[in-house]
Amino acid sequence: MKFAVVVFPGSNCDRDMYYAAKDALGQEADMLWYKDANLDGYDAILIPGGFSYGDYLRCGAIASTSNVVKQLREKAKQGVPILGVCNGFQILLEAGLLPGALLRNEKLKFMCHFEDLVVENNDTIFTSNYEKGEVISIPIAHNEGNYYCDEETLAQLKANNQIVFTYKNNPNGSVSDIAGVTNEQGNVLGMMPHPERAVEAILNSADGLKLFQSMLQNWREKYVAGA
Amino acid sequence: MKLVKVHVTLKEGVLDPQGKAVQGSLNTLGYNSIKEVRVGKYLELTVEDDANIEQQIEEMCNKLLANPVIENYEYTVEEGVTQ
Repeated sequence: MKFAVVVFPGSNCDRDMYYAAKDALGQEADMLWYKDANLDGYDAILIPGGFSYGDYLRCGAIASTSNVVKQLREKAKQGVPILGVCNGFQILLEAGLLPGALLRNEKLKFMCHFEDLVVENNDTIFTSNYEKGEVISIPIAHNEGNYYCDEETLAQLKANNQIVFTYKNNPNGSVSDIAGVTNEQGNVLGMMPHPERAVEAILNSADGLKLFQSMLQNWREKYVAGA
Repeated sequence: MKLVKVHVTLKEGVLDPQGKAVQGSLNTLGYNSIKEVRVGKYLELTVEDDANIEQQIEEMCNKLLANPVIENYEYTVEEGVTQ
């Protein structure tokens, strides 16, 4: 399986994402500079965290207007798995690839620590290796992770099972404790916590690895004969 | 040239923790009459004269300058200084 990691000016979790795909998962991965990125031929696209364009205007807003995001829209339509983490989630929201928005944390503090997440939906290509209701330990590191959407959107998210992860102890004020959501089609996942920072025991948790393993297994089942 | 002044504010009902913190500080300074503060953004755009200026500004606000999920915008178009 071949992963693309899109690198924006100010991305700073790109190498962690690359490491998760390449070393922890043992698959092919390329880091692609946003300006000349060609997303053709990749089986999954990873949008890493960081501070693209210094969070100018709104987190992710400037990056969401770049040409590579036009390609992302096409890939999303075609059903290619796309994972956005932290600033990557913010970019996907600003691009309209996922519903809702992220506000400043309720307590106005940058927070960087491990959180317990609940796997609300394990019927996705990103979470099939988890149990439904499983509690996993994944680090957060954000200042604008307070997920917001209006009540109508929230009802749709619930009705379509688009809420994939929730916080056990909501750290940032997110609506309905939401930590991660998918698009309606289920091939685009955005989440504030960092699964790529929890892929082996030496990092204090390997709970994030199952997310990448789920992506790999679903890809194999779909494309590799006899898998 | 036109000078476009754009105000971007959080929608009603969207929590503004920053505004709350500013309100708390004003109250601490003794301004107890302040019951709510909402923090927004103000942008100035210098734009070439164009018949479609308002339509373009609306588009820009919806596409980039504001996030319609959480923010409202208002703008005025004034005569700018020719450079």
